[in-house]
Amino acid sequence: MPEAPAPELQPEDGVHDEAGLPEASDTGWLRVSPKYVLVEVVGSIVGMLIFVGIALGAHFLLHWEWALWVAGAIAVVSLVGIAFEPRRVRSIQYRLRADDLLFRRGIMFQRQVAVPYGRMQLVDITRGPVARALGLADLKFVTAAASSAVTVPGLPMAEADRLRDELVALAESRRAGL
Amino acid sequence: MSGVARPQGVVNLADGEWHRLHPASPLLRGGLVFIAVLGFIIANLRERVIEIFLAIFAPESSAPIDAEYGEWQQDWANDPVGGIVMNGLVGWALLALAAIIITVVIGFWLSWRMHTFRVTHEAVEVRSGILFRSHRSARLDRIQGINVNRPLFARLFGTAKLEISVAGQSANVQLAYLGSTLADALRADVLRLASGARAERAHGAAVPAAADGRTDASALVSPGLVAEPGAVQEPAAEAAGADGATGQRTPVSARAGALVTQRVDEFLAPELDPDLAPPESVVHLPIGRVIGSTVLGGSTIWAIILVAIIVVGVTSGQMWVLFSFVPAAIGLVSYMWSRITKSLRYSIAGTPDGVRIGHGLLSTGNQTIPPGRVHAVEATQWVFWRPFGWWSVRINVAGQSVSASGDAAQRTIVLPVGTAADVHRVLALLLPDAAAEVETLVDAGLVGRGDAGGFSVTPKRAAWLRPFSWKRIGLAETAGVAVIRRGALIRSLSLVPLARMQSVARSVGPIERALDLATLRLHTVTGPVSAVLPVADRAVATALFERLAHEAIERAASDTSHHWGAAAAPDAAAETAPGAPAEAAPGAPAEAVPGATASRAEPPAGASAAPADETEPRHVV
Repeated sequence: MPEAPAPELQPEDGVHDEAGLPEASDTGWLRVSPKYVLVEVVGSIVGMLIFVGIALGAHFLLHWEWALWVAGAIAVVSLVGIAFEPRRVRSIQYRLRADDLLFRRGIMFQRQVAVPYGRMQLVDITRGPVARALGLADLKFVTAAASSAVTVPGLPMAEADRLRDELVALAESRRAGL
Repeated sequence: MSGVARPQGVVNLADGEWHRLHPASPLLRGGLVFIAVLGFIIANLRERVIEIFLAIFAPESSAPIDAEYGEWQQDWANDPVGGIVMNGLVGWALLALAAIIITVVIGFWLSWRMHTFRVTHEAVEVRSGILFRSHRSARLDRIQGINVNRPLFARLFGTAKLEISVAGQSANVQLAYLGSTLADALRADVLRLASGARAERAHGAAVPAAADGRTDASALVSPGLVAEPGAVQEPAAEAAGADGATGQRTPVSARAGALVTQRVDEFLAPELDPDLAPPESVVHLPIGRVIGSTVLGGSTIWAIILVAIIVVGVTSGQMWVLFSFVPAAIGLVSYMWSRITKSLRYSIAGTPDGVRIGHGLLSTGNQTIPPGRVHAVEATQWVFWRPFGWWSVRINVAGQSVSASGDAAQRTIVLPVGTAADVHRVLALLLPDAAAEVETLVDAGLVGRGDAGGFSVTPKRAAWLRPFSWKRIGLAETAGVAVIRRGALIRSLSLVPLARMQSVARSVGPIERALDLATLRLHTVTGPVSAVLPVADRAVATALFERLAHEAIERAASDTSHHWGAAAAPDAAAETAPGAPAEAAPGAPAEAVPGATASRAEPPAGASAAPADETEPRHVV
């Protein structure tokens, strides 16, 4: 559900009015809500149940001996993943600097992205069922490059709205060409 | 728009009024397909039709037919013609056919009638559709490129297809088809409007230039190029008078040439209009090299694999192989063939309004990439090309890539195959702002390794992950362009103008972390080029990440190349001055006359919009 309309495309005149900029001072690294762990855990458990269910079904209905082992393996891997979930969620961090948004996440596969505000094409806020129950939302920052895709998950709803408005304002004041 | 001087009926299509396309457009767009389908159906039904006629007109030979008679009556799906004839519905069928043809013709006419476009100072707008009307409007300052294509049939009609690409999925504005000369003139007009140069100004400058260009070639030092802004009007007025005179002459001489001669001339004319672009392409592509490079290209490997599979399949009696792989083989051959034909008569040249690339022998096309639209450039060398020193150059531009259909993919190839010297020249065209600085890095980037040329050095432990290419992997940054060198089997040199880089990412996987390495990715708009610096030292990668992120912001803020005409450096005006008469020439005198009036109505055009530090007005572009 795209809630933030893309700011109207305007011909950029190359003149940036430095005086009127909404100021974004460096926020330092911010973490997403700890409640987001629950969203991830529920997602993992649901996924696990589905696959384990399929494997068990194959075992009992089709009498495939090995399906039991598959089910066990899936369950173990998922449970290990769930055990690491709090650590993974803690690794999700974002930071608003003067001219760009920094985002990083991951323990095994670490990724850090810097997106200039002026490159923003649109901001998207999405909320899954579990996240909605917890009052959380995902904020997606989209640029013209598909690979930029920065999604900050697990923000409290009010914070996500505030951040969206702030990002739109920042992008507007620092608008660059495509 | 008065019809004072319209050589070959040329009008100015960029005057803000609604215009229609070439009357043959529907036929060219859909009609040929219709005819082809009809031909296909007839060809397929030919045997059956002959049999039926035999059955009707020569009953004595119809003995075998009788046996099938009952079958025909039932089998409508497979044999509609048989069904129609045997059920005595021939008259109805002919009537239906006539109705279909009439509907199609009326549809064509209506679609032509309803398909209009206009070019204003802000946007290109197209209205089309009969039942479902659509009105598409593309902002001029968002134009990413203009392509003029002339498929073979369209060329026979003397028409061309103009395609304006803007950033966005399937957001292109197509004007198919326009008169050939009109399309060229319209492209020049759209580019001029998009450049940010005010139309009045451009017209004001264009008039004296155009007049000089056609009356006296020696008078190239046009009065329109003097330093004083106010001086524009007077020569413009003079030129308007002069144009009246030339306008009288031109149609006569134009009419003298018969239509056929004109078509032949158009056919033989170089793809790059010598009036619009410097006549000499900076790259010459010999046909031997085109064929050789295609034969030695990567697709050859696939061709060999396919042929091997088919041969093995057939000899071992697996006939299903034929059905699954022969179409692939046909596709591959047609790809190679189109690669060769599209590379024929290839030319690339810089114009004041961007890089112009032309290609094609029978179906020709050319594309204009305005300044500041190139998001990434990559020169690659496939291993078989190495003995010959061949390179190909591809680019990322916004708005044409994700669904890489053959045509769109073709457009991202800027140089199909060329030598290192050609790569130098093409890069200088594509990255004009940083040409001199990049120039020094190119040779080291194409074939060098280690720290040659100032590239960052990859540590030896990276050989665990990149055993062959680790010595070549490196990044250098100069004048706002990030240059990434990598690849041993397929050598590659990617250049990303930081002013258009979308974001930068640094990622570390588990193995990389064990080796204290990291991968740096420069995100640009989607396209064939991906700028990745793999297995860099982690500290170096982190430093580069910070530097590039910072530099990208700086460069983007100071970049004005997307409005290349509005920001006029004094020396730029001087540089492009020789191009001025050429630039204005195709815009026939007809457009110059009202332009001159407009410039008088709004004098002195240069002064109002130009930045304060500008000493000379911008008359050209």
